[in-house]
Amino acid sequence: MTTAATTTRRTLIPFGPQHPVLPEPLHLRLVLEDEIVVNALPAVGYIHRGIEKLAELKDFQQNVFLLERICGICSFIHSLAYCQGIEELMQLDVPPRAKYLRVVWSELNRLHSHLLWLGLLADSFGFESLFMQVWKTREKVLDLEEATAGARIMLSTCAIGGVRRDLSDEQIAQVLHGLDAIERDFESFIPAVITDTTVKHRLVGVGVITQQQAHELGAVGPVARASGIARDLRVTGYAAYGELGLNPVIETDGDCYARTLVRVRELHQSLLLIRKALKRLPATPIAVPVKGNPIGEVVSRVEQPRGEVLYYLKANGTKTLERVRVRTPTFANIPALLAMLPGNELADVPVITLAIDPCVSCTER
Amino acid sequence: MLHNVTDVTVATLLDAVAARFPQGYRLITLTCVDCVDNLEVLYHFYRNYELSHLRLCVAKGTVVPSISGIYSCAVIVENELKDLFGLTFDGLVLDYEGRFMLAADAPVAPMLRTAPAQAAARNGELKMEP
Repeated sequence: MTTAATTTRRTLIPFGPQHPVLPEPLHLRLVLEDEIVVNALPAVGYIHRGIEKLAELKDFQQNVFLLERICGICSFIHSLAYCQGIEELMQLDVPPRAKYLRVVWSELNRLHSHLLWLGLLADSFGFESLFMQVWKTREKVLDLEEATAGARIMLSTCAIGGVRRDLSDEQIAQVLHGLDAIERDFESFIPAVITDTTVKHRLVGVGVITQQQAHELGAVGPVARASGIARDLRVTGYAAYGELGLNPVIETDGDCYARTLVRVRELHQSLLLIRKALKRLPATPIAVPVKGNPIGEVVSRVEQPRGEVLYYLKANGTKTLERVRVRTPTFANIPALLAMLPGNELADVPVITLAIDPCVSCTER
Repeated sequence: MLHNVTDVTVATLLDAVAARFPQGYRLITLTCVDCVDNLEVLYHFYRNYELSHLRLCVAKGTVVPSISGIYSCAVIVENELKDLFGLTFDGLVLDYEGRFMLAADAPVAPMLRTAPAQAAARNGELKMEP
């Protein structure tokens, strides 16, 4: 006897590694029944660089320059996570001004990342004018990064024991002026993101994971917070976050729209944190000297735009480390992505994939 | 420094992991460290902003029980460690057979350290025979 189950036709569709919505190569093997995804398997490794291995060959100071190149979007936060780990091993007391400057540059990274993502999301469902507007504003963030750190991609800014650059009064005024302009831009396009019918049609109820799923699958960052998990490592108070105060932004619907709302609200949160940090910037040195070599094991975690990044460092008292392990947020969100896809149409796969804000550079460290 | 570290063995690993699941611990990731003579696998867990770790020390070539039957998200990182360190996991829910992130012509277990004599030679402490 022929049953419905035996006559159902399944199709294997490759999604990526090259795909119009993916800035970097990621491959998903999708199993479809008609147009509906029933299973998905990931494949990575197309641009794996072996940075963890290379970090065992460089000395611990050189690793700052290596590890911040894992990702061009959150480069400063990668170096911050590493530096904080080494500082804990060497019991270095970072000056308060450096801690506040670390918040400023971390939040500029977050603004840059969320705006880049929002533009890509708009592009993925054909909202080209929104894409252009968002990326125009992103340029203003990049200008601030260049004005304060010397380049549109912030490198060589964080250091073990503090930071390498200070901000003058003129630069602080420039940043505050720039933030005002960015906030005015938000007023022009964020209502469209939140209320536009076509945007909601593509995002509401799509790629849902529950709070329980998000927890069990180890989701992090906006993906977890959009499913009602109030977890944001900035709350732990690293750098100067403990003195600035913030509450995690959460939504509860667990769909692509909720992930969008979380990131949009975090844009405003970042503006607020930068303004607070610049207003309270203490008049202290920006770094302490580093003497000797690190020894021991440590786990250092910070909140990147995409969620928690973990650095495990093992040092033996020489200038090279025995092990540098980096677990990036996109790697942690892959199981959640695989749970979001089944039950959705093939046409929604690009939007759902983008909604976790995948960073393949981080994943392929 | 690393706090809240519990040593486990191959025999006690699964019980220790299974005990954490109902307590609300989230699995962050696994870390493998090549200690030259053996391998250390660290299981990093998290609950209420606090970290907790299990440390498994095994000889190279030992088959390690997979925790993917308890924490399904572990399947990704266990496949990564299989590719990069040559670790073999028993009971891996989805086994890429060493091809999760490495191509067929990639080096085998590239994250393993070189043999001690080779490492010493590289550092100029010992001359290798040609």
